[in-house]
Amino acid sequence: MASTTTPITVPARARSRRVMKTWPLLLPSVAVLALWAFVPLVLTLWYSFQNYNLQMPPAVFGGLINYEYLLTDPDLPGVVFNTLIMVFVPLIVTVVLGTAFAVIYDGPFPGQPIARILVITPFFVMPTVAALVWKNLFFHPVWGLFSWLQQSLGMQPIDWFSSHPMTAIIIIISWAWTPFATLILLTAMQSLDREQIEAARMDGAKSIARFYYVVLPHLYRPIAVLVMLETVFFLSTYAEIYVTTMGGPGSATTNIPFYIYSRALMGFDVGLASAAGVFAIIIANIVAFFFVRIMSEQI
Amino acid sequence: MATTQQRRHDTVRMILGWIVGLIMAFPVFWMGLAAFKTEQDAAAIPPKLFFSPTLENFVEMNERVNYLHHALNSILVSGTSTALAILLAAPAAYVMAFYPTKRTRSLMLWMLSVRFMPAVGALIPVYLILVYLGLIDTLSALILITCLANLPLIVWMLFSYFKEVPAEILEAARMDGARALTQLRYLLIPLTAPGISSTALLGMILAWNETFWCINITATKSGTLALAIASFANSEGQFWAKLSAASIASVAPILIFGWITQRQLVRGLTFGAVK
Repeated sequence: MASTTTPITVPARARSRRVMKTWPLLLPSVAVLALWAFVPLVLTLWYSFQNYNLQMPPAVFGGLINYEYLLTDPDLPGVVFNTLIMVFVPLIVTVVLGTAFAVIYDGPFPGQPIARILVITPFFVMPTVAALVWKNLFFHPVWGLFSWLQQSLGMQPIDWFSSHPMTAIIIIISWAWTPFATLILLTAMQSLDREQIEAARMDGAKSIARFYYVVLPHLYRPIAVLVMLETVFFLSTYAEIYVTTMGGPGSATTNIPFYIYSRALMGFDVGLASAAGVFAIIIANIVAFFFVRIMSEQI
Repeated sequence: MATTQQRRHDTVRMILGWIVGLIMAFPVFWMGLAAFKTEQDAAAIPPKLFFSPTLENFVEMNERVNYLHHALNSILVSGTSTALAILLAAPAAYVMAFYPTKRTRSLMLWMLSVRFMPAVGALIPVYLILVYLGLIDTLSALILITCLANLPLIVWMLFSYFKEVPAEILEAARMDGARALTQLRYLLIPLTAPGISSTALLGMILAWNETFWCINITATKSGTLALAIASFANSEGQFWAKLSAASIASVAPILIFGWITQRQLVRGLTFGAVK
């Protein structure tokens, strides 16, 4: 009834008043984020055109020389490939394991709360520590637990970080992030209307069919959100490499963040590192483009 | 028949649930064990499950890196940066959730895209600006940067909680003549407190574990535990028992905090993906 009193002429003024009222609340966070997003970006762009090494100041304009060097660096294709591998493989592992774990924990059993706490424990472990534990206590070729296991089974122990460095790093990342996936998907699963599952059961759907046709469709949105959030974090994998392989052997585990780190802070080459930074931003934006499109349907 | 099948399912669930839990937590447990071993016991083959525990590693770790100093920094940085981020984010999330306009959606997506910008892309200019301002290795710089890094996610989480508050309640309060502050105090804060606390929890965990900026813009003075453990690993790489002691000491506070608050955290982690 009240809605009948909404003539078309009023909103114009109402809207302008509303804008007056809301922008002071929006401004602080928008302003700091804008500064945070644009100032470094502009400066990175600026430095990327400079020939600037901290050991040999001052900076001189170098045109495209940094980009030329970067794009002809024989390591670069491998570095980009490593970055993508370090995003996609852990993504698949964590989503699959997270879904499986969520199915397991989505139901009461004796000691479920404690078992659930155990599962999410890795989430609280900082990346440096996670990498250290795996490196020293598990992957070490002589004293590691894996080498002991292999020896007791009569196999030759593997030196993980020299023969399978990428696999080792992926294991560390996946271990650290599976709890996050489990948490999100478990919460999502528990919001599912139990009556739907019950109805499917009444209709004779076996548990696999129930999962496939009732539970999984319900998880699409949370999985999309999860994939996006994890991509944000995996694209900037850094500490795990810093602690374990330092990007090696050779450049076998160097991703874009670590490439920039090694060029900028070890090589003091601000210009080149900035060009790589611009490159990293472009890659991230290509990835973000797809996710932001997915997310725009979620809001 | 259905009940026996149900019971069998529950047994399978229990066995799998415990196996998975124990496997996932095992590395942390093993690290905790190594922290109380002597160096010989820590490197023993076959691995020792039983040994005579020692506290020597913790004593020695504290002599090498000032544990309390870095732990205090960690607490200060994660607490302050999260509080600051929530203070900045809450008004914006409120406006976007309750007074959406045509631009709200693109504003949200823009904020999200800021989070996609890789930290390495900003490292050099930020580093040089901090050098210029004399803010390298200061807590305020680290707090500010951690806050900015987490801000988009915090806005987003708060936004999705605020959206769950039925707008009709606020509308009704407004009809009854409640002013903005009254609405805030008696409706908004009580209704959104669980969401805000979940957001704060996640923000604090992310801030505690933030490593990239910490390694690159701080040193001994204002470094957090993340830095302490990284530098300790470089100098003491071969001494696993000591390293494990330092590791367990640097994750213990957030681990215990997380275990205690996990219920709120679990409830909070939907990012608006569940409707």
